Formats: sequence, C-alpha cells, structure tokens
Amino acid sequence: MSDIKKSGVSRRGLLKAGAVGGLVAATPSIFIKNAWAEEFRNNPENSGELKLGFNVPQSGPYADEGADELRAYKLAVKHLNGEGDGGMLNTFKPSMLTGNGVLGKKVTYSTGDTQTKSDAARASAKRMIEKDGVLMVTGGSSSGVAVAVQSLCQEQGIIFMAGLTHSNDTTGKDKRRYGFRHFFNAYMSGAALAPVLNKEYGSDRRAYHLTADYTWGWTQEESIKNSTEALGWETVNAVKTPVGAGDFSQYITPVLNSGADVLILNHYGKDMINSLSQAVQFGLRDKQVNGKNFEIVVPLFSRLMAQGAGDAIKGILGTTNWNWSLQDEGSKAFVQSFGAEYGAPPSMAAHTCYVQTLLYANACEMAGTFYPPEVIKQLEGFNFDGMGNGPTLYRAEDHQCFKDVLVVRGNDNPSSQFDLLKVVDVTPRAQVEYDWTIFGGELGPYEVKM
Amino acid sequence: MDAIFIQILNGLDKGAAYALIALGLTLVFGTLGIVNFAHGALFMLGAFCAVTFQKLVTISVKVRDEGVTAFVAYKEQPYLETWFGDTGRIIIDYSVPLSILLAIPFMLLVGYVMERGLIKHFYKRPHAEQILVTFGLAIVIQEIIKAYFGANPIPQPAPEILAGSANVGAWVGLGNNLVYPWWRLIYLCFSGLIIFSVFAFLQFTTYGMVVRAGMRDRETVGLLGINIERRFTIVFAIAAVVAGVAGVMYTPILPPDYHLGMDFLVLSFVVVVVGGMGSLGGAVLAGFLLGIVQSFASMNEVKEIFPGIDQIILYLVAVVILLVLPRGLMGRAGVMDD
Repeated sequence: MSDIKKSGVSRRGLLKAGAVGGLVAATPSIFIKNAWAEEFRNNPENSGELKLGFNVPQSGPYADEGADELRAYKLAVKHLNGEGDGGMLNTFKPSMLTGNGVLGKKVTYSTGDTQTKSDAARASAKRMIEKDGVLMVTGGSSSGVAVAVQSLCQEQGIIFMAGLTHSNDTTGKDKRRYGFRHFFNAYMSGAALAPVLNKEYGSDRRAYHLTADYTWGWTQEESIKNSTEALGWETVNAVKTPVGAGDFSQYITPVLNSGADVLILNHYGKDMINSLSQAVQFGLRDKQVNGKNFEIVVPLFSRLMAQGAGDAIKGILGTTNWNWSLQDEGSKAFVQSFGAEYGAPPSMAAHTCYVQTLLYANACEMAGTFYPPEVIKQLEGFNFDGMGNGPTLYRAEDHQCFKDVLVVRGNDNPSSQFDLLKVVDVTPRAQVEYDWTIFGGELGPYEVKM
Repeated sequence: MDAIFIQILNGLDKGAAYALIALGLTLVFGTLGIVNFAHGALFMLGAFCAVTFQKLVTISVKVRDEGVTAFVAYKEQPYLETWFGDTGRIIIDYSVPLSILLAIPFMLLVGYVMERGLIKHFYKRPHAEQILVTFGLAIVIQEIIKAYFGANPIPQPAPEILAGSANVGAWVGLGNNLVYPWWRLIYLCFSGLIIFSVFAFLQFTTYGMVVRAGMRDRETVGLLGINIERRFTIVFAIAAVVAGVAGVMYTPILPPDYHLGMDFLVLSFVVVVVGGMGSLGGAVLAGFLLGIVQSFASMNEVKEIFPGIDQIILYLVAVVILLVLPRGLMGRAGVMDD
C-alpha cells in the first residue's frame, strides 16, 4: 500500500484506470468508424499494394475494343497513383481520391484475356482472383461475358465493375450484389431513341429487326420493339441471326420485299459492321417504301465500330454511352489526358472502364476499408458528377447507373478522322429511368462464405 | 418470284466463294494428297493483300489534324493524292482490283514456300497429322495478321462507280424494285472466269495434262522421267493464288479480319466432301449447290416452317448426299476409300 502511495498512484486510481482500459478493450469495433476485423479474400492489409484485375478481350472479335479498355485502365491506375495530369480525378465529385493510391496503398494491376467467350473470361477472372490476388475484377465487351464473370465474382466475394455490357439482364434478371454496371442498357437505348425516331421518321413506320442471337440481342430487340411500338410503329418481322454470321446477304434480301421501311440492326461489333455495310450495298438507303425513304437504325453505336463500317454509318441514328466530343469538364479532362497519352480519343468502352475504376477506388476511400460488403454499401445509391455523363446515380436496388443518354448520328461531314458520331440529342436521365422490378432478379447477400 | 430470284443470285454469289476455296482445296488434295486446313488462311491472306495494297497506295504524310483541339492529333494525307492529284485518287479508288497485281506474285511465293518448307514433309504422314500441322499453321498465320492489322474488320470499299446496286429486276422483266449490288455481280463473273481458267489450264495445256496424269497415277508419270513433284509444287502455288485472288475480290463484300479464313474453312470442307474428294468439277458444283441451298434455307418463309434450318442445312444436305452417294456428287473410286 505504502509502496503504491510512494509511486504517486493510488489504489483507487489504479482500479479506475484498469476499469476504463478494460471497457475500451471490450468495446466492439463497430463503434469505431470503418474498423473491420473481418478477414476477406485477397485482403491487402499486410501489403503496400492494392491489385486490380483487368479482364478484357485481348484476342477475339472485340480485341481492339479490349485494347482501348486496357489503355483506359492503365491511365486510371496512373491517375490514382498521382502520376500524369490526374484526368477525371480533378472533376469527379464528391470524391475522396487524392492521387495517393487507394487508402494509402499503391494501385497495381493484373490483366486477363476474356477472348469474348464466357468460359475463357471466367477462367481468366478465376486465375486473377486465386493466383494474382486481385481485390476487384473489371472489364469486358460482351453481356454474355459480364453475366458469367459477375456470377463468378459473387461466388468468390470479389467486386465486379462491369465494362461494356448493354443487355438488360446484367442488372436485371442476372444482377448480383457484387456486380456493378456504369454502362447504360438496352431499355435506356430504346427510351432515348424513341422520341428522336418519332421526330425524324414519324409515327407511321414499319420496322424489320435483325437481331444477334444471344442475351444482349434479345433484350435490345425487346426494348426497341416496345419503344417503337409505343410510338405507333408496326414490327413487320424480327429475325435472329447467328453471332459472327459474316455474310448477312441472305438476311438482308428478305427485307427488300417485306414492306418494311425501317431496318433495325440489333448487332454490335463485327456483326454490326458487316450487316450495316451490306445493307447499304443492297441499296436499302436509296430505297423508297410506302412513300417514305427507307431508314436504317443501329440502336447501340460505338465510334470504334463506326470506324470499321466506313461511309456506311453516315446519317445512321443510334445511341451511345458517351462520346469524346462532349464539352463538359469531366469529358474534356479525360479526352485531353487520354489523347496526350495515346494520340487518339478514348472510345465509350474506355470511358466506362476508366470511370468504373475511379468509382471503385473512391468507394474504398469512403468506406475506409477494402472489405467488400462495406465498399458495396458505399457504391449503392451513390450520387456523383464530373465523370462525363452529368449527375449520375448508382441505383442501390439493381446496381445500374442512371444518367443522361446520348442519341447520335453517323457524321456526314466529319471535321476530323475521329469525328464519326454527332450528338443529336441528350435524353435526360428521368426519361430513361424505370422500375427496377420489371426485369426481376435478386442481388443476393453481402456476406459471402468462403 | 422476286424473292426467289434474289435468293438464287445470293446463293450463286455465296456459292462462288465456296467454290473458289473448295477448288484450291481439291487441287491440293487431288495432286499432293494433302488435307490442307491452312487453305482458309490463304483466302484471308489474299484479302489482306488488298488491305496492304490499300495501305501502300495511301502511304501518307502526317499533318496536324486541326479538327481535334483537345490534344495533338495527326491525320494522313496520301502522297499519291499530293503528287498526282486526280490520277492518285483514282488509283486509291481502284485499290481493290489493282491489288490483284500484288496478290498473284505474293500468293505464288507463299504457296511455294509453304509447300517446300512444310507441306512436303507430311506427304507420307497420316491425314490426321496433316490436318493438325496445317491447322496449326492457319492459327499462326491468323495471329500474325492480327498482330499487324488488329482484330477489327478493315473496310475495303469497291471503286465508287461500282459501289451501288444494279437494277437486275429490270434486266429480267421483274420490275424496278429488284436490285443487287454491282460488286457481288462482278464477284460472280470473276469466280466464273477463275474457275474456267483453272479448268482450261488443266484441260488444254501440256502442263495441265501432266498434272492430271499425275493425279491419276503419280508413280507411272514419275517412271516416265517427269519430275511430278516439282509440278505439284507449282499446283500448290496456283491453288494458293486462286484462294488469294478470291480473298482479294471478296473484301468489298465482307470487310476482312484475321478470322476470315476460319469462317469459310469448315464450310469449304463440307463442299469438298459433298463434291467428292479430289473432284474439281464436284467441288465447283457442290459449292454453287450448297450456296443456293443455304440461301433458300435462310428465307423467312422456310424458317417459319423449320426454325433454325439455315444453321444446319449444309450439314443436313451433306449427310443426305453422302448416304446416297458415299463418294460425294462426283467422287472417284479409290480416293480416301480406305
């Protein structure tokens, strides 16, 4: 007793300090903001680096688009690590990104080749998750691939930030808690395109669809049919074409005598290039049917693909997620940064991939942890701006981004080699929103047992 | 009637491409006994001769693209246009037909090198090994093309004057509504010319006579002191040229990409088998026949009765023909009978 007194600490004081210390030690960590004791797959806690997995088509029919996606990812990594001019880091708001990596960790990456095949894409994503230890997987140029990889990521407890995927199913019946899509979808294309079609071609039209025979083609055909029929258009026929058909002449010639005055090409990539070029060769654009000029519509347009179709795209209407000619601050910063790095403007696929990387990084910063369920909660319902599409919402219920949609036309008088698409209308976000329950599906759990 | 007429034209057009590829395949098989799975790659290489020629005639000086202000971009101004004005523009416009001048010597060389460098080592090996090695070669060729030219199709416009459609309906008294692209009609005529030339070469020249004799009985021709191996090498090179020029002329119809050969290869083998292994006439006949059948199977009226028939019709016809005529339409006894 006297010894304690001698040291200046009373017995009562020692007991009090012990009690307070015990209480602090016993306090559940949930009362301390963003402190997560849970172990999760590929936790980078003990590493100075954070590794992301860029799963893009490096071979196969969309390899050029994949190469552009990869360029954008590398640029995003550069910007996140504080190199270069910062690009959209300077315009993105609200943002916690400072160019100091993510949560103080340097961003690195690993790449995979989807080959635009679902099984190959799953295999490369699995390899990146299990062997390379990536914390997030992103990329792709096909809805079939996106749906397959998204489902794998849900099983693995790894967040998937989809690249270019336009099928309603990705955030509809096949949506997953761990999957997020910034790109727009077929429903939005239909909703955005319909008013412009009405204005340009009127409400008394007869449409003929040629549709790529897989998930994206089916949902796009359905969405465009719904939108055009609501205008008063009649659907004369809707014909499924095999993916990669090459020569579409046998599908185009029946259009000539079908009584249709509009051909809607629900094709993308090489199929779009071939079917559009051949439709023009068959003189469809010079035809007069039902007393009207025959028209061709390509609901999903991409500048990279437009390049492949040459002059055939001139005057053709479609929609796009983003175009490099936009003049908002975010787009300008991104185009400048990308153009200085690679000598060409980014494609819409590159844009969505770049934005997805920044969104994920920012969500980690906001969560204060890499723990996926917490990062997911930050992305759900996140409102942001300055990324090239105006005010945007990541809807919590289906992980679909909602933003303005661009209606474009193949440029008749391009001012430069890249000036292939001209924005003719910006459809406000409110006009392309829909009730998330219409496409069904379940997000699934936050916690994934491993 | 309009629809039937247009589908016949379509079928002939498609059949012309099948026939040209199958003709080369059959030539090689009939002379060298080689099942050449790299033949589709030769078709694709021909198509890329057109791409290369276009790149050559549009070699340009880089000038600042003033239309791009966001970053420093450059556009290309072809030297031919700068130096020769309208003449230069015409050469660029006609680059596809002119590229045949490049394709012929190039494909001759490719065929010669391929046969001497690789194929000759597999003459006496089983067909399975020939297929494996030539398929491997096809993949190597297409990957090289992809590495140099990218994966996207590269448009090769037909000369402007031939870019539109011909009013074929008026020609045959079916009204003015029936049009068909000029270039496809030209392709059809071109195929006819190539097929005729190959047959004439084999039928009416001494060289061709020796080759035909070698196809029948290689050993006896050899015993007569004729170096039949050398002639067969030339035949392989000619087959490569046929595939190559077919590829060149097909580019305005289908913008070429590195996978073009594979798209045609399997169908062309079906054509060869249906025509009869080793039969040149059979290959041509089967090419046109299957092209027309495929075209009709794609008609909406047919698909309403048999959904998906357009996807399987070629294989279905092949099965039926081979059941009735096991050697194909014009197959000879003793060829691949064992």
